[in-house]
Amino acid sequence: MPRSALRRLDAALQPGHAMSLAHSDIAKLARLARIQIDDSSSEELLGRITDILGMIDTMQAVDTSAVEAMANPHDAHQRLRADVVTEENQRERFQAIAPATENGLYLVPKVID
Amino acid sequence: MQWETVIGLEVHVQLTTKSKIFSGASTAFGAEPNTQACAVDLALPGTLPVLNEQAVKDAILFGLAIDADICRDSVFERKNYFYPDLPKGYQTSQMDKPIVGPGVVEIGLEDGSTRRIRVHHAHLEEDAGKSLHEDFSGMSGIDLNRAGTPLIEIVSEPDMRSAEEAVAYLRKIHSIITYLGVSDGDMSQGSMRCDANVSVRLKGEEEYGTRAEIKNINSFRFVERAIKVEAQRQIDLIEDGGRVVQETRLYDSDKNETRSMRSKEEANDYRYFPCPDLLPVHIEQSLIDQLRDTLPELPDAKRLRFEQQYGLSTYDAALLTAERCIADYFETAASTAGDAKLAANWVNGELSAALNRDNLHLSQSPVSAEQLGGLIQRIRDNTISGKIAKQVFEALWNGEGDSADAVIESKGLKQVSDSGALEAMIDEVIAANPAQVEQYRAADDGKRKKLIGFFVGQIMKASKGQANPGMVNQLLGKKLG
Repeated sequence: MPRSALRRLDAALQPGHAMSLAHSDIAKLARLARIQIDDSSSEELLGRITDILGMIDTMQAVDTSAVEAMANPHDAHQRLRADVVTEENQRERFQAIAPATENGLYLVPKVID
Repeated sequence: MQWETVIGLEVHVQLTTKSKIFSGASTAFGAEPNTQACAVDLALPGTLPVLNEQAVKDAILFGLAIDADICRDSVFERKNYFYPDLPKGYQTSQMDKPIVGPGVVEIGLEDGSTRRIRVHHAHLEEDAGKSLHEDFSGMSGIDLNRAGTPLIEIVSEPDMRSAEEAVAYLRKIHSIITYLGVSDGDMSQGSMRCDANVSVRLKGEEEYGTRAEIKNINSFRFVERAIKVEAQRQIDLIEDGGRVVQETRLYDSDKNETRSMRSKEEANDYRYFPCPDLLPVHIEQSLIDQLRDTLPELPDAKRLRFEQQYGLSTYDAALLTAERCIADYFETAASTAGDAKLAANWVNGELSAALNRDNLHLSQSPVSAEQLGGLIQRIRDNTISGKIAKQVFEALWNGEGDSADAVIESKGLKQVSDSGALEAMIDEVIAANPAQVEQYRAADDGKRKKLIGFFVGQIMKASKGQANPGMVNQLLGKKLG
């Protein structure tokens, strides 16, 4: 995992020291990830994520000032495709596996932001 | 207390590529729902994105047009949030290394001054689908045709100080993208959308106030109104002892008010990280150079050229260069007419008024640039007066002839410049108005100039506007003595 992402994960979880992670942080992460967790798994997750953050702390102790951050471990660049329409309409096939459709639309539980 | 509004804009521009940014599905507008949403756009398991070369080129072109640095190794990241019209659960976007770095957009203000608005960066990203919340008995309908349409998001610095400046900036962005041809810029169809970050502070204060973000404003007019009403809301709030909270707000154009959507601190934790499915995008300097060579003449350069080459005022030149098609239309009309100033007056005057009246865009104008040029030619050679020209223009507008000449011919609108015919008319008018003639003859030179207008008016009326006004004036002067 690249450094910048780790930094951000760290920051997102807890702006202070990693060890001071609280149950409220676990609850926030779960809400963002749309995962339902109960108190006992919150306890377990708190321990595991604290371990991970500890590992991050260890890694962050390494002096990387001379190393440029990388976004991808491969020594390669993105290949580009020509701007050509290559896909045909396959709506029937895609919608055959959808739980609910109407007038060509996928139906989902009502969401209003 | 003197308040100052501080505005930064985020402008989303849909690119006019044929296919999507990461898939080969079509981006054509107006198709049946979900007929242009392929497996990649639907985020079916196992699918992978492949970046569209044209989207990259379009972003570079925009960057070059605002004099920005192009990032030679830019990176796509995942912006995670949950919404059903975003099937992957994240938007593929850019953050740390956007393709377009800092640039500058110059705006012209009403008082003739200019301001430079800094662009923080511009990045490539994909559009989301559309959610329809009506008519599905408690369910929402999702159309993913738009999902994956390439966008550039242009993020300004908080450099604007009034709603008018924000609109001028937005119009300039619109000009640039349409000149480049990277987008149609049609705000009514969502091809260009705008979020405005608005805060207020006391004049002279260094620090920015807390800002609110107004989402998805879809017309120039609404941008201006939304910013004004939001700034006033914040000022009222603070003056009443309240505090502005950082949040996302929605502009309701019917009620002309902004409403809270959600608190930003709470919900907008996007957990950006580099997209492992996409490698860094490496751009060769040679591609940048090659694209720089294809840059068209941009609005500012064209405006200057119009001022110098055609002797137009800055105001006229700015109007004519706001859109590339207006500039092209004007130049064709001017060269056909052989008179740029008259052509500018007609394009900015009669033509623009008629387009507004019938709610048409210039591309839909019933009168072509050649037809308008031909009409102006007939004014120049005194075949018709300016007044009759308006009639001819209306006739052309209504399709009553292919050219000004055809309309003048079929309607018999040719200006009367035959001195015999004009003299006969003048004699009649003089004979019918002895009192005015006496008054004229008794008056001094200064008054005469005013009084002669009465006779000219009578003669124009008698000739149904077709008398050559120059000759009428001359002959009248002689006859009245």
